[in-house]
Amino acid sequence: MQDTKQEKATDIVRLARHTKRPTTLDYIKFIINDFLELHGDRRYGDDPAIVGGIGFLKDIPVTIIGHQKGKNVKENVRRNFGMAHPEGYRKALRLMEEAERFGRPVINFIDTPGAYPGIGAEERGQAEAIAYNLYKMSSLAVPIISIITGEGGSGGALALGVADRVYMLSDTIYSVISPEGCASILWRDSAKTDDAAEALKLTAKDLLEFKIIDGIINEPAGGAQKDHENMARRIKTTLLSALSELLSLDCRTLLNRRYDRYRRMGKFTED
Amino acid sequence: MSKLFPKCGKCKTSHFIAFLKHAHYVCSKCGYHLRLDALTRIKMICDKKSFQFFDENMKSRDPLHFPNYEDRIKELMETTKLNEAVVTGTCKIKGLTTTFGVMDPRFMMASMGSVVGEKITRMLEYSADNHLPAILIISSGGARMQEGIFSLMQMAKTSAAVKRLNDKGLPLFTVLTDPTTGGVTASFAMLGDVILAESDALIGFAGPRVIAQTIGQNMPHGFQRSEFLLAHGMLDMLVERRQMRSVLATLLKIHSMRAYTGSAEV
Repeated sequence: MQDTKQEKATDIVRLARHTKRPTTLDYIKFIINDFLELHGDRRYGDDPAIVGGIGFLKDIPVTIIGHQKGKNVKENVRRNFGMAHPEGYRKALRLMEEAERFGRPVINFIDTPGAYPGIGAEERGQAEAIAYNLYKMSSLAVPIISIITGEGGSGGALALGVADRVYMLSDTIYSVISPEGCASILWRDSAKTDDAAEALKLTAKDLLEFKIIDGIINEPAGGAQKDHENMARRIKTTLLSALSELLSLDCRTLLNRRYDRYRRMGKFTED
Repeated sequence: MSKLFPKCGKCKTSHFIAFLKHAHYVCSKCGYHLRLDALTRIKMICDKKSFQFFDENMKSRDPLHFPNYEDRIKELMETTKLNEAVVTGTCKIKGLTTTFGVMDPRFMMASMGSVVGEKITRMLEYSADNHLPAILIISSGGARMQEGIFSLMQMAKTSAAVKRLNDKGLPLFTVLTDPTTGGVTASFAMLGDVILAESDALIGFAGPRVIAQTIGQNMPHGFQRSEFLLAHGMLDMLVERRQMRSVLATLLKIHSMRAYTGSAEV
């Protein structure tokens, strides 16, 4: 997009959370043929905050999973604003393992404020569900591509974000904590949210510079919410080009590179 | 806090240090397990003089140039005499060799930034390469927000390293102590082949304050305490501090033997 350089982090935070942005199901409608939505974690329930299923990207069979925010208050209540419970992450993993059994690449769309902080979520093992996804995804024997399409909120985002390629749309964020959370915990002052947004370095541009992501997918003029179809087309182009590379790798190379991708992340000295 | 008469972190009773030490730093009045620094843990669990340190000089680089972070780290390095929030190495427990990592809650509540993630990953890789089991004594406030996205990525890095360890047929044992929360719980802490915990430790993903704010109601009694997690199937067992060394030794011994070797691909 034009001039993201000039934009403040706090403006990008606002855009990333724009309620008119396309959701996972919108993208699926535009880029996946013959989509079949699949449900449930086979353990406890079906979490509407994460959707997933199978279909074709052009002529490639794929499994596609993503956080799902609502379009209005009523749907957002049902979808819990895209904040998943453990059963959401477990459903995602079940679908990924099904993809692995049938040699189908996995595409994950990430758009969540975070994993839901609630009593039921804790009782059913929110931490375990996220940890187990990280563990299994690190060696899932099919290509995984993750795209941050809105908010990449901490562990709840990462639970769909261990991948061979990670992209961000240009007006999205990916962070260890929300600016609000950071301001309130660190400075006990919610008025410092804008400062926290800057300090956390959570924009697509920051993360590309840090080599945490592999690329930025530019949004159409005015942002993804202005033209859903155009945004979907851009995503499809990126997916097809990434898959053409990844599908040609043998499994050992694929998994070694995935391991190394995360292995090199971190900054420290050793004198 | 008086060094001679430290206070219990829960009921605030003062105890004479010699008695407290004898009681493994467990409050005789309320049973609370006082938080321990890494070296005290090592002394309690590992065979005498068996501990060999890894990566002692690894230090944080303040990758985001986060306000006040560098000064805070410097301060803590002076007061704790440690360079970071985890101590890793190898040791013996009742003669059995293992890698061993202990988090030190004095160091920014042992939050996980790049150094903690890297040291734990290297320890797990050392185990995998040298055919050793791994033990992690955990306490942590979660991911270290001052290192932003780099902290979050440590969750993926350490979890991948646990997977590689397990793929070689080697176990990880985790011991969850007060507090174990956030990104550390949601990565290696919950990935132990066997997960032990000390009694009454706060263990969870979201902090109790965040949950209370989100749902606007009070927590049920004992919520997010060890006993609660045990009842919900999230832990294998609660272990008394004085029994920890012996339980870990038994775990090491049982896991060092394969009675059935038919599954030859490991």
